[in-house]
Amino acid sequence: MSPKSTILLILIAVVGLVASQSLYVINETERAIKLTFGEVVQADIEPGLHFKTPFVDVVKRFDARVLTLDTNPSRFLTSGKKYVIVDSFAKWRIKDVNAYYKAASGNRLQASNLLANLVNKGLRDEIAARTLHEVVSGERDELMTKLTTALNIETQKELGIEVLDVRVKAIDLPEDLSNSVYNRMSAERGREAREHRSQGKELAEGIQADADRQKTVLEAEAYRDAERTRGEGDAEAARVYASAYNRDPEFYAFTRSLKAYQETFRENDVILMKPDSDFFRYFKNSKGK
Amino acid sequence: MAWNEPGGSGKGNPKDPWGNNNRGNKNGGGNQPPDIDEVLKQLMDKVNGLFGKKGGGNGNNQGSGGNDGLGGLLIIAAIIGAGLLAFNSFYTLDEQERGVVLRTGQFSSIENPGLHWKIPVVDQVVPVNITKVREAEIKERMLTEDENIVEVELNVQYRVQDPQTFALRVEEPEASLISAAESALRHEVGSTAMDPILTTGRAALAEAVKIRLQDYLDRYQTGIQLTNVNIKDARPPQQVKESFDDVQRAKQDKERFINDAEAYANAIVPEARGRAQRQLEEASAYKERIVARAEGEAARFENLLSEYKKAPQVTRERLYIEAVSEVYTNSSKVLVDVEGGNNMMYLPLDKIIQGMPSSQSKDQMSNSDMSTIADQVINEIRSRQNSTNSVRREGR
Repeated sequence: MSPKSTILLILIAVVGLVASQSLYVINETERAIKLTFGEVVQADIEPGLHFKTPFVDVVKRFDARVLTLDTNPSRFLTSGKKYVIVDSFAKWRIKDVNAYYKAASGNRLQASNLLANLVNKGLRDEIAARTLHEVVSGERDELMTKLTTALNIETQKELGIEVLDVRVKAIDLPEDLSNSVYNRMSAERGREAREHRSQGKELAEGIQADADRQKTVLEAEAYRDAERTRGEGDAEAARVYASAYNRDPEFYAFTRSLKAYQETFRENDVILMKPDSDFFRYFKNSKGK
Repeated sequence: MAWNEPGGSGKGNPKDPWGNNNRGNKNGGGNQPPDIDEVLKQLMDKVNGLFGKKGGGNGNNQGSGGNDGLGGLLIIAAIIGAGLLAFNSFYTLDEQERGVVLRTGQFSSIENPGLHWKIPVVDQVVPVNITKVREAEIKERMLTEDENIVEVELNVQYRVQDPQTFALRVEEPEASLISAAESALRHEVGSTAMDPILTTGRAALAEAVKIRLQDYLDRYQTGIQLTNVNIKDARPPQQVKESFDDVQRAKQDKERFINDAEAYANAIVPEARGRAQRQLEEASAYKERIVARAEGEAARFENLLSEYKKAPQVTRERLYIEAVSEVYTNSSKVLVDVEGGNNMMYLPLDKIIQGMPSSQSKDQMSNSDMSTIADQVINEIRSRQNSTNSVRREGR
């Protein structure tokens, strides 16, 4: 290899060094600012390939994506003087790179802290104006929209940050309040359980009483119908007897009496009798006199 | 790549970029691995030679020898570097993937599955799987609209719909999804009463969470599309589980009470119906019996009467005597043939009764077995009383 080629190689190396110092790439996920001796000369540099003066210009890159700020859970007082523990997060992104760099010197941690303070302050104000019920349920959307709008005015001006959304991840009650909620829930369930049991007893009693009624009615109706049938039998029998016996009542009395005598006296009954009865008409006198 | 493989290529140039140095080392001594210091020293020498040459023109001959070695080394390195670049500039995308191509940092295109080529160094490819259904689970304790506390387990299934925004627009899109899902779930649970959450309202709750969560995800530009949001479980917290279970037990108790009562009703009503049927049957039997008897007796009487009418005197006598004689035949008789009431007459009636064999046996029985018979009678009475009592008790 000749000395010429060596010089060429050195030239290539020098050009490469200068190029690597003067060319820079801003990624799609980034925004950047260019500083010349610490002074911002170009803000909000778009993604792509760019030039700078080597060793003089400094490029600072910032994440241009939507970022998440996850605040620590903290206690807030509602208008009902109840404490709630709220865990929230905010979605934000850098809107104005220049302002962002000035406010937080491009340090994300610092920016997050500033933003977290603002979010907490906003949440505290909004929650303090609402009861626990309002915070938990219906008005959460409205609360968040208001909070986001209010935050944006401040953060865009001061921090160069656009807050897309502030959301509550968790609203929890402190221990003592949770316990009272549990107690109330237990009491409500106890009431419900008692109600079910009493209803069961009520229905059961009704069913039993109805069965008893049916039984009584059945028995009474059966008795009525049975007696009526017996009466019909009795009447029919009486009619039959009467129509027969009416043909000779005296003879009926006679035969019936004889039958009654036969049925009345049983074996071994002792009968004291005098011989002057009709039966003994011929006992002492063959003439019957 | 295989630069460290022992070089056996046709050119005879070893692949090892340090091959020259190794050779130089071999001259110095042994086959041992190259000493780092030695290598560095040689390299420094060569660089010095290079600068010396640059500075002092052709002054140094030794430098030219080193120069030849360095030139070869650079050419080999350039060839290998170029090969590597060429090799690395091809890439494949799986059927499930899309490639987000950034050219000098700027978004350029989205590539479909297959083999692709990119400009080395300038292009950057981020593969994103867009068909795989991913899952996230959340299990949280939260307040309901009526200020009760429930534990809800949520399962979210999603896939990447827009690889460009997924890769470029938001930091940690999947962590964002979890935060957003927690928030959406709490919001919807906070707007719903406890009972629907625990019972029938789960599907509606899941649907509401899905709509809300998708809205959040779109707003945060995550590029995520929800495929399914499912409330896996919603239950009261451990502290109140016992009382909730008791409600379930109470419901069972209620059913049991009703069933018991129905069983009772099913038992006594048919029984009563049966007894009523029996009563009716008995009554109707009585009726049939008494009417039949009446008819029989009437017929007998009428038959007898018609014969009697033919010979009243004789028939009457005959009937009387037959009946009375039958009565007397079966009885013990004492004929008192005394006119008027004689007070002095003594009739030992007890003796007369005792004298009769059958009555004697009756007395014996009454002596010996009277107590047992009495017991039996008492037992019978008691059992009847009990049965009526038990019927009455059932009736209450």
